[in-house]
Amino acid sequence: MNVALAKIDKPEIAGEAFAAVRARVQEPVKIAAARTLAYDAFQRVGLPHRRIEDWKYTDLRALMKVVAPLAPAPDAATLTRAEAAAKLHAIDGVRRIVLVDGVLAPSLSDLSALEQGVSIRSLRDALAGGDESLLSLDTANPMVALNTALMTDGVVIEVAAGAAIARPLHILHIAASAAATSATRTAVTLGEGASATLVESYVAAEGATGYQVNDAAIVSVGDSARLEHVRIVEDARDAFNVSSAAVSVGTHAKYNVFGIATGGLVSRFQAVVTIAGQHAEVITNGVNLLNGNQHADTTLTMNHDVPGCVSREGFRAVVDDRGHSVFQGRINVRQPAQQTDAKMMTRALLLSDDAEVDNKPELEIFADDVTCGHGAAIGALDEQLLFYLRARGLPEKQAEAMLIQAFVGEAIEAIADDNLRELVSGAAARWLEARS
Amino acid sequence: MPALLEVKDLKVSVADREILHGLTLSVNAGEVHAIMGPNGSGKSTLSHVIAGKPGYEVTGGEILFKGEDLLAMAPDERAAKGVFLAFQYPVEIPGVATMTFLRTALNAQRKSRGEAELSTPDFLKRVREVAGSLGIPQDMLKRGVNVGFSGGEKKRNEVLQMALFQPSLCILDEMDSGLDIDALRVASEGVNALRSPDRAMVVITHYQRLLDYIVPDCVHVMSKGKVVRSGGKELALELEANGYAQYQEAAA
Ligand SMILES: Nc1ncnc2c1ncn2[C@@H]1O[C@H](COP(=O)(O)OP(=O)(O)O)[C@@H](O)[C@H]1O
Ligand SMILES: [Mg+2]
Repeated sequence: MNVALAKIDKPEIAGEAFAAVRARVQEPVKIAAARTLAYDAFQRVGLPHRRIEDWKYTDLRALMKVVAPLAPAPDAATLTRAEAAAKLHAIDGVRRIVLVDGVLAPSLSDLSALEQGVSIRSLRDALAGGDESLLSLDTANPMVALNTALMTDGVVIEVAAGAAIARPLHILHIAASAAATSATRTAVTLGEGASATLVESYVAAEGATGYQVNDAAIVSVGDSARLEHVRIVEDARDAFNVSSAAVSVGTHAKYNVFGIATGGLVSRFQAVVTIAGQHAEVITNGVNLLNGNQHADTTLTMNHDVPGCVSREGFRAVVDDRGHSVFQGRINVRQPAQQTDAKMMTRALLLSDDAEVDNKPELEIFADDVTCGHGAAIGALDEQLLFYLRARGLPEKQAEAMLIQAFVGEAIEAIADDNLRELVSGAAARWLEARS
Repeated sequence: MPALLEVKDLKVSVADREILHGLTLSVNAGEVHAIMGPNGSGKSTLSHVIAGKPGYEVTGGEILFKGEDLLAMAPDERAAKGVFLAFQYPVEIPGVATMTFLRTALNAQRKSRGEAELSTPDFLKRVREVAGSLGIPQDMLKRGVNVGFSGGEKKRNEVLQMALFQPSLCILDEMDSGLDIDALRVASEGVNALRSPDRAMVVITHYQRLLDYIVPDCVHVMSKGKVVRSGGKELALELEANGYAQYQEAAA
C-alpha cells in the first residue's frame, strides 16, 4: 500500500479551523511552528476514541464526531448577546474577565485599577510577543494538541511574590456562536507567598447551541503560595467542553480546586497536578450533576515527586436518566516522595436504572513509606431517609432534592470562600429545580 | 361523629409473609390509646402501615382517617392531613440541618393544605418556644437531622416535630426505648402538653413504665398480629404483673 497516498486520503479533521486560526493570528515563527507541530500531532490521532486507554469511557470520536469550524471573531451584535449572558452569570465581588467565542472582550471585562502585584494580559498579545512559556503543555494528549493548534486568545495572569489578592479573578467563557469551536488558554502564575482565587465558568449566550469549547490552563503555584480555584461548567445542554490543565505546586504551597458540571452534553476536565515542592497540599473536589444524555468526565493525574506532601481527591456524581459520569484518578508516587499522604474517594448517587458511572482509580507507588488509599461508593437514594422525609410531609421530588442537596453539600464544603460556596450551591440548586 | 382512626380487619404481608392477621382498632379524637405487646407482635408494622411506609402489602381490610381512605394517600399527604409517627428508630440525615428540615417539612404540609408558608421570623419564634419547653439547645437545631444525637435527643427531636406540626393523630412507637428516667419524663411532659380534645394519641410500648407518665384511656394487647384484648388503664398493670404469656397462647 502506498503510505503517502493513504496519508493524503485521510480527511483533515480540523483543517478548516486551523486555516482560520492561521489567517487570524500574527505570531513569531517559533510560535507558528509549534502550532503546526501540534496540529500534526492531533492529525495523527484525530479525535480520541475508546481504543485509547485514557479515553475509554469518553469516546469523542463517537460523541463529538467532528471538530466544528472556528467561531468567527465576535462582532458588535455577538458582543451584545454576550453582554446579556455576562449579566445573567455575573458574580458579586469578583474581577470579571470575559472571553467571547475564544476572544478576550475588554469592553465586558473589568481590567482597570489592578491590585498592586497583579498583571493581566491577553494570550493573543503574549503569543504575538513570542512568549514560549505558554507552549509548555504536553501535546501527547490529542485534545491538548488541538488546543495548542487552535487557541485564539485567553488570559495570562501573574501575581507577584507576596501579593495577597482578595478579590477573586473570574474568567467567564461565553459561547455565542452555534456549532463553532472556540479554543482558549489561560496561564496563572503565583509568585512566592502570593495568594489568589480563580473562578472559571463556562456559559452560553442566547442562540449558542451545539458549540465546542476547548480550553487549557497552565497553573503555577509558587513556594508558600496559595490558590483557590473553582470551575463551573454550565454550558448549553448540547455543547461540548474539553478543558485541560497542567498545575505545578511548590514547597509549602496550597492548591485547592473544586469543579462542578451541571451543563454541557459532553464535558471533560483533564488535569495533571505535579507536586514539585515539599510539604505542599493539594485538595481537589468536584461534583457532576447529570441528566438526560449528559456525559461528564473528570480525569486527574496527581504526581507526588517529592517527600512530605498531602493530596486529597473527592469526587461526587449525581446521575439521572441516561447520564454518564466518569472519574479517572491516577496517583503517581515517585521513589523520593516518602511520607506522601494521598487519598482519593468517589461517591455516586444513581437516580435511574439507565444512569451510568465509571470509576477508574490507579495508584502507582514507588516510595515505601507512604499513606495512600482510594475508595468508591455507588448507590441509590436511601429509602429509609426518603420515607422519613415523606412521613414529615415532603412530596417525593422535594424529599429527593433535599437528600441530593445534602449529598452535594458535603462536597461543596471543601470550598473555602463563602461567596463561592454559595455560587456553586446555586448551580446545584438550579440543576435540582430544573429536574423537578 | 366517626372515630378519628378506624382500622378494620387489617391484613398486612411483608415479603409474602402475613404479619397482621385481621387487626381492628378504633380511636376517637381526644383519647390516648396504648398498644402493648411483646417484641415481634406487629406493633411497628401497624405504625408503618398507618404512616405509609413502602414495602408492606395490605391484603385485606381498611384504614379510615377522619372518614377518608388513608391507604389511598401518599405518605406526605397523610402527614399534611395530620398523621404523625414518632419513629422507634429515627434516622440520621447528614448534610440536612435540623432547622432547614423542620421549616421545609412544616411549609410542605401547609402548602398541601392550601395555607400560606410561615415567615422566617414566625417560624423561628415557634421553633424556639417549642425547643425551649423540651430542653433542646439551639445548637442541636443547627446540626444535621439526628446526626450525632444520643438516643434521648433523637426521641426529643421527634416530640419537637410533633409539637411543631400539631398533628391530629400522634403515633408514638416505643418512645421510651433508650431513654433514662429524666429524659423519659421530659419527653412525656412534651407529649402530655399536646393532649387535646381534637387530637388522639396511640402510644406503643412493651413496658408499662411509660404509661405511668402518659396515662392512657384505653389499653390494647397485641399478640401475633392481632389485638387480643382491650381494656382500661388497669389492664397495663395487670400485664406488668402477669406478663404476656397467656395472650401469646391465646393468639396461637
Ligand atoms: N421488613 C420486614 N421484613 C421481614 N419481616 C419483617 C419486616 N418487618 C417486620 N417483620 C417481621 O414482622 C414481625 C413483626 O415485627 P414488628 O412489627 O417490628 O414487631 P414489634 O414492633 O411489635 O416488635 C416480626 O416477626 C418481624 O420479624
Ligand atoms: Mg417495634
